[in-house]
Amino acid sequence: MSAVLPSSPHVHGPNAVSKVMHQVSLALIPALIAYTWLFGWGVVLNVLIAATVALASEALVLKLRDRPVMATLADGSALVTALLLAIALPPLAPWWLTTLGVAFAIILAKQLYGGLGYNPFNPAMIGYVVLLISFPLEMTSWLAPGELREGALSFAGAVSYVFTGNLPGMTGLDSLTMATPLDTMKTQLGLELTLNEITASSVFGELGGTGWEVVNGLILLGGLFLLFRRIISWHVPVAMLSSLFLASGLFHLINPDHYAGPLFHLFSGGAMLGAFFIATDPVSGATSDKGRLWFGAGVGLLTFIIRTWGGYPDGVAFSVLLMNMAAPTIDYYTQPRVFGHKRG
Amino acid sequence: MVSAILALTALAVVFGVLLGFAAVRFKVKSDPIVDKVDAILPQTQCGQCGFAGCRPYAEAIASGETDINRCPPGGETVILALADLLGVDPKPLDDEVGEEKAKLVAFIDEPICIGCTLCYQACPVDAIAGAAKQMHTIIESECTGCELCVEPCPVDCIYMIPVKESPNTWKWPFPEEEKKA
Amino acid sequence: MSRKLWHFPGGLHLPDNKAMSTGRPSGQSAIPQRLIIPLQQHIGAPAKPLVAVGDRVLKGEMLAKPEGYVSAPVHASSSGTVLAIEEHPVPHPSGLSAPCIIIETDGEDRWAELAPHPDYRQLDPSELRNIIRDAGIVGLGGAGFPAFIKLNPGSRVAIDTLILNGAECEPYITCDDMLMRERAEEVIYGARIMRHALQAKQCLIGIEDNKPEALAAIQDALAHIDDKSIEAVQVPTRYPTGGEKQLIKILTGKEVPSQGLPIDIGIVCHNVATAASVHRAVDLGEPLISRLVTITGHGAAEPQNVEVRIGTPIAGLLEQAGGVNTAPHRLLMGGPMMGFELKNAELPVIKTTNCLLLASAEDSPERGPGRACIRCGACAEVCPALLLPQQIYWYARAKDFDKAQDYNLFDCIECGCCAYVCPSNLPLVQYYRFAKTEIWAQERDKKAADKARERHEFRVFRQDREKEERAAKHKAKAKAVKKNSDEDTKKAAIQAAMERAKAKREAAGIEPKNTENLTEAQRQQIAEAEERRQAMKDQNTSSTAKKEANEE
Repeated sequence: MSAVLPSSPHVHGPNAVSKVMHQVSLALIPALIAYTWLFGWGVVLNVLIAATVALASEALVLKLRDRPVMATLADGSALVTALLLAIALPPLAPWWLTTLGVAFAIILAKQLYGGLGYNPFNPAMIGYVVLLISFPLEMTSWLAPGELREGALSFAGAVSYVFTGNLPGMTGLDSLTMATPLDTMKTQLGLELTLNEITASSVFGELGGTGWEVVNGLILLGGLFLLFRRIISWHVPVAMLSSLFLASGLFHLINPDHYAGPLFHLFSGGAMLGAFFIATDPVSGATSDKGRLWFGAGVGLLTFIIRTWGGYPDGVAFSVLLMNMAAPTIDYYTQPRVFGHKRG
Repeated sequence: MVSAILALTALAVVFGVLLGFAAVRFKVKSDPIVDKVDAILPQTQCGQCGFAGCRPYAEAIASGETDINRCPPGGETVILALADLLGVDPKPLDDEVGEEKAKLVAFIDEPICIGCTLCYQACPVDAIAGAAKQMHTIIESECTGCELCVEPCPVDCIYMIPVKESPNTWKWPFPEEEKKA
Repeated sequence: MSRKLWHFPGGLHLPDNKAMSTGRPSGQSAIPQRLIIPLQQHIGAPAKPLVAVGDRVLKGEMLAKPEGYVSAPVHASSSGTVLAIEEHPVPHPSGLSAPCIIIETDGEDRWAELAPHPDYRQLDPSELRNIIRDAGIVGLGGAGFPAFIKLNPGSRVAIDTLILNGAECEPYITCDDMLMRERAEEVIYGARIMRHALQAKQCLIGIEDNKPEALAAIQDALAHIDDKSIEAVQVPTRYPTGGEKQLIKILTGKEVPSQGLPIDIGIVCHNVATAASVHRAVDLGEPLISRLVTITGHGAAEPQNVEVRIGTPIAGLLEQAGGVNTAPHRLLMGGPMMGFELKNAELPVIKTTNCLLLASAEDSPERGPGRACIRCGACAEVCPALLLPQQIYWYARAKDFDKAQDYNLFDCIECGCCAYVCPSNLPLVQYYRFAKTEIWAQERDKKAADKARERHEFRVFRQDREKEERAAKHKAKAKAVKKNSDEDTKKAAIQAAMERAKAKREAAGIEPKNTENLTEAQRQQIAEAEERRQAMKDQNTSSTAKKEANEE
């Protein structure tokens, strides 16, 4: 019998970090399938490369830090980071781009801060932002969604491009890529075109961009699943989406020609992914319910600001990182009133 | 050029006077840092730090003569509190002064005691009762466990025994660190 | 009959596992050979023994009297002989020993003379409190706070509501449930006495809705007495409803102030079992010498409730109650959420032993490895005190106790909800307990250090004073010596002066005084004396001259 007896409680509920992470991964699957359907095999390659690199680099650092390797890998957090980054990268990204981003996310943004639970910033977003700043060309070479693309890219073709940079046959990459809807919107608004002129292009669908709206819709579905399973609380997504909706709606009302509508904002770029999968990351976010509302609202507002006036077409990643920085302060000012203490 | 030099000189003089005035006007008589340090020290007066008691050690810490990690009875708690007070980094207990151990209390084997009063003279907190040629006894509640009485005893009748733990003084242990699986 | 209820924040729905121990009517445990009665079974100072080794004691006799205000006596739970008064392991998370009175029973179970008070209404509240104090009644819900103190309304506020806690929210435990089912009237009688002692306006009995039989029994008993001021209230099942502050919030909507007591807001809360023993103490004169104990868990062969004498060794009791099914994984006193593990079964049942849980691996699985906190906030969601458990954990782990207290560590009721839901499987409650006991120890150390400083300073002062005194004495002595020699010289001077005067007198010839009125005879005598003196003088002179001549 051990000298020290365990303290109560002597029972434990079904919650576990690994379960949380696995559910998050599960919730991403429908969107990943749609993404692959629309943008081709490159997405699958992204996911495979990202997952391998994430697990390998996490294992490497854990070994160097003399921490339990297998038990920590099993918590599934590295896999979640890999999936989130893979889904945020262009569908036909060269292998080194994915590798670099994931390795940076896991090694620098996560493990060097002490591993899961200690990272002040969302690792996937750090990886994404580093790539966006360092390799703007590669990061903006998006494939056109399937229905807008001339000719499909075979699996072999995708493999060849991802690993060697060559495209088989006659196809040049230019014929396959096009600017993302957010990018198009930004450039063309800059050219003083009105919103109606811009959205007449086939890039735009009913809600957001063609194809994009489907992916974002499925991410929303995955998010609702996480809400239903009580993996995430409603505060962050609701606050973020409504602040994005309100901010964009307000400006759209003021000048419908110059500001994209709220639905376009919600169903474009990383809005849904950010709301349900990124900003809800508990480690780097605010912890109390009230704090989460502020945190989410901040992410939504900053996203709108960066999209509208900033230098980049999408702003979710930057907004999340900025709010990550503010999270400790938010936590400090949103402490709940303790039972039996006076209000205020 | 000249006006600039004059202006700076004037400023220097004004601030000098102000500082001088403040130094005199707001002079603090006893050094409060010493009191604060002393308040943290465990007051065993054991001298393991190399000073003649807790107050001298506190004075030495306050004047920067010595380090904050030389108090074995205080151990980690005292080092952390001192580091916090003085705004320095905590460091592990200095090896040369000894190690942190469970709190002890002196015990006199009374039948052996010859009543020489040497222990009585050594005790820094008057926790030993007894007169010359009569056996002495420890006032347990007052003993700080400094061990200063052990050395002088000519018949080796003083032992240090660990303070008995009762359910009321028992402390929950620090949880085992997240196990390595 | 529907009453407005409030909610407390946080909390959990837990599998209650209560049905397994309510299937059998409660039993009565046999007299053990030995009773081990700890002197401290309550919050406060240990009781002081009144008996000596070898004394014969009767059932119900007071063995040790309370020491100070916050204390309670202990009584013999059967007749026999005092075998020893010594340290014996007691049921406590530490597994340490404490002073106990050990009685060898004689099997006769002979009662001491009891003093019942059949009509409590004729007693004033203070008399009632004394009876309850002398009966050794402490809170039987688990904390063991002397009951008479909580029956003293003081003069600050009028007591509005007496709440009897029959919530019993902790899984597995059913002793209050069975007590209410089988002895509802005892609870009600106790409630009336307590209400009288407190002069409370109303009494509410809170019972969770997973105990419909208990509620029905209490309502039935209430129907038999005509007292509209007592009401049984069904409350939703949710852990930790049975927490005093939580039950008060549910029933009255009021929050007990942090660091405060229910009495501050005009409420007093007692356990239903405490009420039953108050009834026995007052109406029957019986002190608290036994209680209902739930013996349950998948390790127990016959889970049941048993009325057990205080001091009965647990091992024998378990054996008598059907023994074990499978070797239990661990033996807990109390429930799985707040109970503690017992190192062995050689410990006695005490006043606060509500449950002995023979937990199988299924009841209480081995705690898996903990992982890093991911700040998910699940703990904060379930915390009934609205704390931020993750922050307190962080600071407790860093041993930053000041910060932990800034985050209101001492508002934590250690209910265990946070640790139950923690996905990282962290032993959060142990971190809080660690921090609390460390802080208490530091406070004790601080007090001791202050005392030591004072004594050291006094010693230094005393040594200085002694030194000074010694120095002063020394000086005085030296001065005294000097003074003596002065006196000598003075004496010598006086002597010299006297001699000089004599010589002068002699040189000048003696001028006899008072010679006017002398008789003839006197004159004759003087003349003769003068002659002799002259002769002597001559002789002296001649001898001196001879001497001088010789020397030449």
